[in-house]
Amino acid sequence: MSDCDKCEELLQGYLDRELSDAEVVVAESHLNGCDYCRRRYRFEASLRVYVRTTAAERMPPGLAAKLADLRTTGASPLGN
Amino acid sequence: MGESGTAEPDGARRVATEARDRVRFEEEALALADQVYRVARRFVATREEAEDLVQDTYARAFRSWQSYTPGTNLRAWLLRILTNLNTDRGRKIQRRPDETPLEESDYYLANRMVASAGEQVLDQERVVERLSQDSIVTALSAVPHDFRDVVVLVDIGDFSYADAAQILDIPLGTVMSRLHRGRRLLKANLAEEAVS
Repeated sequence: MSDCDKCEELLQGYLDRELSDAEVVVAESHLNGCDYCRRRYRFEASLRVYVRTTAAERMPPGLAAKLADLRTTGASPLGN
Repeated sequence: MGESGTAEPDGARRVATEARDRVRFEEEALALADQVYRVARRFVATREEAEDLVQDTYARAFRSWQSYTPGTNLRAWLLRILTNLNTDRGRKIQRRPDETPLEESDYYLANRMVASAGEQVLDQERVVERLSQDSIVTALSAVPHDFRDVVVLVDIGDFSYADAAQILDIPLGTVMSRLHRGRRLLKANLAEEAVS
């Protein structure tokens, strides 16, 4: 497996901060020296941010109030 | 024991403490509603389904609040309820989810875009230019749900692999393989749009 293939394999876990310390060293030392992988790393990172921001839809207005109405504490044993 | 007569005040205090804990639990859960909804919205096809699912989740959470262990991840606990409800609603569990080999590499989308428009297409602002918001939502919803759920939990919900494993009640290794495949499928879907 080439160093770039190895880097590609580690990249998602690296972005997720789920690699072991030893793997982080392997990924970072390759990224430092490889323009090709570094560009792809930046692309993957910005794609990740873009997916997160576009696919995250805010809660519709009114839902918060409906959820608050589901609370049970109004009927607590204290009878408050 | 010489403690006769204190039973009632102690009992009353316990009830008061429990009521206070319960109010606090409900407040903390409600503060997470928007984050729970964001994940729910990408688990299901429509806004209405997501709203229903979140309401059912909170109704159940408020009923079974005592099974939550204070100090643990409340957001993950709520998502676990939500995932169970979503499965109860008849979503079919894909026992052998899509085992066909996926040829594309993790760099597939990047490389397809570079091939059609040059290296500079990988610059951040160009990514946004070439991929519309709609295309991301469409591409994500086209990923089979077993894979999509993991992608949504990790990439939109910002959960760790371990949290995602607990929420979906699957092994950590399965989270990693589904995430890997789910993201590749997402990128393959995006490539069709971005490069065509």
